[in-house]
Amino acid sequence: MTSPLQQKIRITGPSVVTANRTSDGVVIWRTGSKGWSTDLTEAAVVRTAEAARELLAEASNDDLGAIGPYIAPVEIKDDGKVMPGNLRERIRVKGITIELPLPA
Amino acid sequence: MYAYDELDRTLLHERVSEFRDQVKRRLSGELTEDEFKMLRLQNGVYLQLHAYMFRVAIPYGTLSSQQLRALAKVARRYDRGYGHFTTRQNIQYNWIKLSELPDALADLAEVGIHAMQTSGNNTRNVTSDQWAGVAPGEVDDPRIWSELLRQYTTLHPEFSFLPRKFKIAITASAHDRAAIKIHDIGLRLHKNEAGELGFEVLVGGGLGRTPFIAKTIKQFVHRRDILSYVEAIMRVYNQYGRRDNIYKARIKILVHELGIDKFAGEVEEEWRHIRDSALAVEDAAIDEIRARFTYPTYEKQPHMPDELKQAAHDPLFERWRRNSVFTHKVQGYSIVTISLKPVGAPPGDATADQMDVLADIAERYSFGEIRVGHEQNLALPHVAKRDLPALWKALDRIGLATPNVNLVSDIIACPGLDYCALANARSIPIAQELTRRFANHDTADLIGRLHINISGCINACGHHHVGHIGILGVEKNGEEFYQITIGGRADEQAEMGTLIGPAVPYAEVADVVEDIVEAYLALRDSGEELFVDTVKRLGVEPFRERVYATR
Repeated sequence: MTSPLQQKIRITGPSVVTANRTSDGVVIWRTGSKGWSTDLTEAAVVRTAEAARELLAEASNDDLGAIGPYIAPVEIKDDGKVMPGNLRERIRVKGITIELPLPA
Repeated sequence: MYAYDELDRTLLHERVSEFRDQVKRRLSGELTEDEFKMLRLQNGVYLQLHAYMFRVAIPYGTLSSQQLRALAKVARRYDRGYGHFTTRQNIQYNWIKLSELPDALADLAEVGIHAMQTSGNNTRNVTSDQWAGVAPGEVDDPRIWSELLRQYTTLHPEFSFLPRKFKIAITASAHDRAAIKIHDIGLRLHKNEAGELGFEVLVGGGLGRTPFIAKTIKQFVHRRDILSYVEAIMRVYNQYGRRDNIYKARIKILVHELGIDKFAGEVEEEWRHIRDSALAVEDAAIDEIRARFTYPTYEKQPHMPDELKQAAHDPLFERWRRNSVFTHKVQGYSIVTISLKPVGAPPGDATADQMDVLADIAERYSFGEIRVGHEQNLALPHVAKRDLPALWKALDRIGLATPNVNLVSDIIACPGLDYCALANARSIPIAQELTRRFANHDTADLIGRLHINISGCINACGHHHVGHIGILGVEKNGEEFYQITIGGRADEQAEMGTLIGPAVPYAEVADVVEDIVEAYLALRDSGEELFVDTVKRLGVEPFRERVYATR
C-alpha cells in the first residue's frame, strides 16, 4: 500500500480523516488529539492538502486502532457544525436509510 | 441432505482454531491489517461502511433445519437479529464484531457450516439449482456433482491464489435456475446419444463492468473426466489470466481476448496431460458421495388430496398456491418457494425469529430441508400436497406467504450504498418503493413473469445486466442516478439487457419502471407474451419513447 506521505492528495474543501474501528468496524473519525472518536463533531478538520496528508499519515500509524483511514469531505454549517460532505459519508454518519427488518 | 464425514468436521474445527488465533493476533497488534486482510477474506470477512460483513457459505443452497437454526442463532447472538440471503446462495451478516467472529464460526462449525472461500481469489461456493433432486425431468441430482467439486476445490493449494475469484454453477434441468451462463464455469448435466451422463461445459460468463454470457467450450465431457477438464480450464486461467489489472483479471476477459477456439485449444492441450491421472472420477467415488446424501422416504400420496380440494375455496390460499407451489418429481408432493420479498421489505432478508420458525416448519412439512435460490428466496423441496394449506397458514403467520414469486415485486437487489463500501448508490430503498408500487397482487398477476434486478454499482452483485428490467446505480456530481436496461435474462436463453437511455435520478426510478410496465401491457400481443418476449420482439425503442417522451 502506498504510504499516505507518498500519495497525491487533493481536497476541494474542509475535510476529515475517517476509518473503521478494528475490533468492531464502527465508523470513527480522527481527532485533533491523536485519537479517534465515534462523533464527527469531534473530528479534526483540515483545509489544505498538506494538512490532510499529515493527518492521514498520523492516523495511518495507528494500525491497531483503525482500518482503512481515508480523507472524507465535510461541510461546515454557518453555526460551525461539521456535517458529512457527500451521500456516502452521510450514510456512514446517520446509518442505513432503511428500517431494519422487524422481528416476526 | 449431505452428511459430512470426520475429515470435514475436523477440517472445520481446525479452521476455527486457526482463525481464532489470527483474530487474537490482529487484536493484539501482532498482525497488521495488511497481513490480516487476506486471512479474514479467506474466512468471508469483509469491511463495509458501518461494520464488518460476514459471508457464510451454504453449499449448493442446501440447508438442514438444524443449520438454519444455527444461522438464526448467529443473527441473534452476534448480529442485529437478521441475515441477508445472497445471489450466490450464501447468507451475509452486516453488523458482526471482529472480536466475536471466532465464536460465531465455532457455533456454525457445530452444524457443518463455514465461511471458507466465500471471498478471496479462489473458487467460491459452488452453486446449483435450488430444486436439485426434486425437479421433474432432471437427469441427475446436481448436488452430487456440486459436492464433488466442493471437495475438490476446498483449500485446493493450486487454486487458492487465482488471478481473481472463480465461480462455478451446475444445473441438471432443461430450464436453468442456477444462472450457469453468467458464471466463470457453467456445467449442464445431460446425456449423450449413447445415454452416458456427462456435462456441457460453458466458460467465461460473468457480469461486473465487462459482462459476458458464457460460451460452450465442450458440448459433452464424460462424467469421469469432469474434474480433469475443470482443472485444465483452471490451469490455463491460472497461467494466462491477468494479475496486473483487477478489472481484466476474470477468466471471461481471457476467454474474450484469446477467443473461445484458442482458449479451448489451450485447455485441450492441458487436459491431454491430466485426463488419465488421479483426477479421473470413478463411479465408486460418486456412489460414495451419493450415499452420504439422505433422501426422504416419500409416502404414496394422492395427486389431489381432500385438504387441497377444500382449501381451493379460499381465494387467498389459491393465489398463493398458484404462485408459489411447483410440480415435484413425486406424485402427491410439491416444491414450495418462500418469497423473501414481502412488500416494503429489503429483498432477501430474514429475521432470526423467521429463520427459527422456518426451521420448525421445514421439520414438520419438508423432511427438515430448506433450499436457498439465487433469486434470494428460500424453498421447501418436499412438501406433501395435503400439507399445503397448513403450510401456507404457518408461513403467513411469520409474514412469508407473499404470493409474488417470479412477479414484478420479486426483486433481486444487492445491499447497495446502505451497507456496501463499493456501492455508488442505494439499491434497497429502490426495491422497497417498487414493491409498494406493485403491491396489488391482481396487477402483478396481470403483468406476469417479470424480474427486476438492482445493483448499486457496476460490480453487479444484483445481477442488473440479466434482469428483465435492470437497474444500475451510478453517481453523478454527488447524486444518485440509475441506468435502466431491459430485455436481460439469466436462464438458458441468457442475454444482457439493453440500455434504454440516459440515467434517471433516484426519485424517478419507480415512475420509469411503471412507465415501462405500462408500455409492455399496451404492446404485448397477448396476455401470454412475457415482458422479456415483448422486448425481444419489438426492441427497446417503444419503451425508450414511452420513458423519455415526457422527460
